Amino acid sequence: MTSREWSVEVAAEIVGAHSAVRGPLLPVLHALQEEFGYVHPEAVRIVARALNLSRADVHGVITFYTDFRMTPPGAMTVAVCRGEACQSMGSHELAAHAQAALGIGFGETAGDGSATLDQVFCVGNCALSPAVVVDGRVVGRVDADTFDRLVGDRASLVHG
Amino acid sequence: MRVTVYVPCDSASRSVGADEVAVALLAEARLRGLDVDLVRNGSRGLYWLEPLVEVVTDEGRIAYGPVRPDDVADLLDAGLLDGSTHPLLLGRTDDIHWLARQNRLTFARVGVVDPLSPGDYRAHGGLVGLRSALAMSSSEIITAVTDSGLRGRGGAGFPTGIKWKTVADATSTQKFVCCNADEGDSGTFADRMLMEGDPFSLIEGMAVSAVAVGATEGFVYIRSEYPDAVATMRRAIEIACEQGWIGPDVLGSGLPFDLQVRVGAGAYICGEETAMLDSLEGKRGMVRAKPPLPALEGLFGHPTVVNNVLSLASVPAVLALGSAAYRDLGVGRSRGTQVFQLSGNVAHGGIVETAFGLTLGELVTDFGGGTATGRPVRAVQVGGPLGAYLPPDSFDLRMDYEEFASAGAMVGHGGVVVFDDTVDMGQQARFAMEFCAVESCGKCTPCRVGAVRGVEVIDRILTGPDDETRTADLVLLDDLCDLMADGSLCAMGGLTPMPVRSVLRHFAEDLDRPAVSTGRSAP
Repeated sequence: MTSREWSVEVAAEIVGAHSAVRGPLLPVLHALQEEFGYVHPEAVRIVARALNLSRADVHGVITFYTDFRMTPPGAMTVAVCRGEACQSMGSHELAAHAQAALGIGFGETAGDGSATLDQVFCVGNCALSPAVVVDGRVVGRVDADTFDRLVGDRASLVHG
Repeated sequence: MRVTVYVPCDSASRSVGADEVAVALLAEARLRGLDVDLVRNGSRGLYWLEPLVEVVTDEGRIAYGPVRPDDVADLLDAGLLDGSTHPLLLGRTDDIHWLARQNRLTFARVGVVDPLSPGDYRAHGGLVGLRSALAMSSSEIITAVTDSGLRGRGGAGFPTGIKWKTVADATSTQKFVCCNADEGDSGTFADRMLMEGDPFSLIEGMAVSAVAVGATEGFVYIRSEYPDAVATMRRAIEIACEQGWIGPDVLGSGLPFDLQVRVGAGAYICGEETAMLDSLEGKRGMVRAKPPLPALEGLFGHPTVVNNVLSLASVPAVLALGSAAYRDLGVGRSRGTQVFQLSGNVAHGGIVETAFGLTLGELVTDFGGGTATGRPVRAVQVGGPLGAYLPPDSFDLRMDYEEFASAGAMVGHGGVVVFDDTVDMGQQARFAMEFCAVESCGKCTPCRVGAVRGVEVIDRILTGPDDETRTADLVLLDDLCDLMADGSLCAMGGLTPMPVRSVLRHFAEDLDRPAVSTGRSAP
């Protein structure tokens, strides 16, 4: 990840840049997460003050949505699709393989910060199931071997 | 001579290497001194043939696929740019039987045009619908949409024209048009394909809706799992503004329509229209009680049209074609075409746009070609995670909202997920409850608690210690399904029983196992 270090000043700038739109909270949180890789707990206060919301409101929104995280993600993020279409093509086995290969469960980050593993329910790649998302890039028709190659060498995401 | 070659930029095509094929093609062409004009189009929706490469020749567009980066040099050597023969040659794209027997109206341009080319859009019939709408009164537009029989393509099937009329008749200083592009159901990808492959048609449809109901602002709420669709829609909106198609003066009509993209954050429930509105307002995506209808008190309390991507994107075609011609397609009260999506364990997965009324079997067997694994089909789930699982003996059901409803199933958005005979239907029933438990917004008890209890009771049925307990648990599950269906605030909890009950009805053997010892005492 190329995210920048947490900085209150940068955060305040980002909040200011996105707070003029209608219903600004989600755009603000997305922008913060894009910058830092996560929504730092200190951001709750900054966002709440800027948008005239309670901290509880902001915390409630961050925790409602699966995307927003309050701790830094691993260097590599991996998500295995568990939607029905992917299930029909073996995503149960792939999910188990992914957890064993990375040594972490869904929603967890490896102790050394090397990877974060998540489950996702559908990435719209249903006709090319099963799908895995590695660092934001969707890969279709993934089996255990492809998975190992993707995760082993994420510089080359060439399918096949 | 400069030759135009199409390589899709559709995210599913990219998931199997379309970018690498495009890179290889340019590199190999340069090596050979060939002049290639590479266009990144949307996908034709024949996903088992992706990456599908097309070359423009005197005979039309010639298709090759599935092309891997390693194939590119060989293809060029064989005369790819002349449409010459090769093991990957599929012939003229328009003649591919799978495509030729479809009736693409909503998807007419997807896979054909450069998604972000205003010239392509105009050259392929774009803006005809909006121009005709601007020459009509509000009530004439709404009548045209109502008469076409167009129903909401997001799953619920509510008549689009009637929804628009409610918003048009409401008095307010501010009205909105919101496109629900939170396509969260597994087995659906048509919204994504349209946004990536023909974003202007959605923009045009939203502009028509805005003109019809008197709205001046619009939002496209796209799920975050679709980053390519987000990027393409954002760029398309910028281009549409530059072209004067939307913005302060829609096609010189003096009417303003501002449009922007908003991105979801990984909550399935935001595909429910009122939860989506709360999310757009910057809140937790909690379902609202109805009434008030969003048409009267929607986004920020103002009258709001909330339509699915395909409903809105079909409107320009409806206006260009004429209501009567659109209504003449289809059966019963299901008029026009539906963009069916074939996926999962299927040999030929992709998009089948045809008039309503073909049978489920025609879709799965004729178009789908059976399973990808070559094993017998055991079940198909139609209409997403909240839709019923049906066995092959239901294959003569026609794709029609009412016919499916009377069979305890739903057409929904037309997604069809195929499973072979290795599927454990007991686990699929359990997953329906598990999914609801994970994705429930938590506002109403039948959904929030019912789904958790549902997982527990199905687990007991699947592993129960004796027949007596299992029988009692099956009664309990039936009662729980009744409660969730009748008592939930929205379709999430209300329809979760549908897949569960369909398993009980059609695949009961998977829940009726000999008692196994689990080492647990009876609950």
